[in-house]
Amino acid sequence: MRERAIEAVLFAAALVSVFTTVGIVYILVKESVVFFQQVPIVDFLTDRQWTPLFDDAHFGIMVLLSGTLTSSLVALSIAIPLGTVIAIYLSEFAPFKLREIAKPFLELLGGVPTIVYGYFALLFVTPLLQKIYPGLPGFNLLAAGLVMGVMIIPYVASISEDAMRAVPMALREGSYATGATRLQTALRVVFPAAFSGVAAAYILGISRAVGETMILAVAAGMQPNLTFNPLEPAATITAYIVQVALGDLPHGSVGYQTIFAAGLTLMLITLVFNIAGHMLRKRFREAY
Amino acid sequence: MKDNLWRRKRYEAIFAVVGLLALMIGVLTFATLFAEMAINGMGRLDWSFFTSFPSRRPGEAGILSAWIGSTLVMVVTAFFAVPLGVAAGVYLEEYARKNWVTDLIEINITNLAGVPSIVYGLLALGLFVYQFGLGQSILAAGLTLALLILPVVIVATREAIRSIPQAIREGSYALGATQWQTVRYHILPYSSAGILTGVIIGMARAIGETAPIITIGALTFIAFLPPSPVQAAPPFLSFEWLLSPFTVMPIQMFNWTSRPEAAFQVNAAAAGFVLVIMTLAMNGLAIWLRYRLRRNIKW
Repeated sequence: MRERAIEAVLFAAALVSVFTTVGIVYILVKESVVFFQQVPIVDFLTDRQWTPLFDDAHFGIMVLLSGTLTSSLVALSIAIPLGTVIAIYLSEFAPFKLREIAKPFLELLGGVPTIVYGYFALLFVTPLLQKIYPGLPGFNLLAAGLVMGVMIIPYVASISEDAMRAVPMALREGSYATGATRLQTALRVVFPAAFSGVAAAYILGISRAVGETMILAVAAGMQPNLTFNPLEPAATITAYIVQVALGDLPHGSVGYQTIFAAGLTLMLITLVFNIAGHMLRKRFREAY
Repeated sequence: MKDNLWRRKRYEAIFAVVGLLALMIGVLTFATLFAEMAINGMGRLDWSFFTSFPSRRPGEAGILSAWIGSTLVMVVTAFFAVPLGVAAGVYLEEYARKNWVTDLIEINITNLAGVPSIVYGLLALGLFVYQFGLGQSILAAGLTLALLILPVVIVATREAIRSIPQAIREGSYALGATQWQTVRYHILPYSSAGILTGVIIGMARAIGETAPIITIGALTFIAFLPPSPVQAAPPFLSFEWLLSPFTVMPIQMFNWTSRPEAAFQVNAAAAGFVLVIMTLAMNGLAIWLRYRLRRNIKW
């Protein structure tokens, strides 16, 4: 009897995670439904202005999406190549000692609070970039994106490396036996064999970039701007939510509901990537 | 033939250098970041920085309310996340039957780990702050961060439990122990170091989280402390602090970073330095624990 009660309690604890998801979906959808009763969904998707707090209110999510997309592209163009090279290097080339030091170090890097990276982007990287390109505004997507890229490197490198290490030694030995060098083996045997894991690492990197908040709120400015030019300041979906939360909008106003509509958009984007990652893993999973 | 081999060997040498360089970029960026904050913030790092409230005069401002707020929020987070996470982990490893409910829970936990932290902030704003009426309180913030780190604690618990050999369980059952007795006296003690590692990593993440706490509407300027949990008069313990407004370290740093005056940015550097040291120490401790664990355990 007591055993059954304990099992029930433990089961309830496990269910908390399900309730969290249900809670997230419930809150986002509930507030968004009210929002879309006032703002037609067509306007939300096609309007080219985002001015929800002005008298002449426009709600074009495209504007915020452009900021999110641009900064993510900058970040990923840093994180994916560097993360992949680091993973291949650590898994196939680095001496044992170096790997034993580098892996925990990467983990430490991943643990640095993002607000600290934001400070670094605004007060160190931007002034540095301004020396190279004097016309760069104090808030810009480039510095934020670059720092965000460095922040994501540990995630991409660490998970890709795990995937490559899991490739059986026999595959490498077969490749060496045919006369391939270590680099050829790494690129043509290990990397394709580990592709499902590497793809999962990339997807995680993308989700991180899209959902990153503080670096962008601090260093990219919070000005909505429909642009794909990383040299300009622009607000992202996440930065907009922070901006509204910092002000004191009355509970239940349209401005208050916009952040839930923005959050729902964000959630849907990351969901698409999560599903894509799941399918990629299934499609490319190689069984040994 | 020989040329071809030389060419391939050369590519390999080039790649080894490129790989090392890529690693160095990460290391150097971090070193620069750390040095930047240390050099800028060092001038402000004295005893009074830790014992002063934030102020309009940057030279007198400190992080008293921020570090006390962070500590109290962490207490609430640990109070909810640790029991819930460990219980869920034990359930999934030791009790769960292979059916669709278990699959659902597992997929759910994987997905939750990928949800952006600011979305947790929106959940907390809608649910804790308004529907439960907790307001912008320490309790609301602690609950939010507890949900955020729950997947970390669950995954760590499961990994720690999974590494315990089946023979231990069988030995316990053979002596007539019930399932709960096996969990209570064998599984939990043997996995405790692994669980602790996960808890520390989760807490290190929670202490640096800014976005969800800003979203629930935490104030950025707090020049008072929450009511003390320990009272001079009976009943000696008070839980009023749970509902008190608060600020935390990352929010204090955000506030100072976004001010135009350079003097405040020096404060931001000092606060950032303290924050990085705190998270590095926690993560470092977790990594060291795990290293010790791997070396010492021989089943």
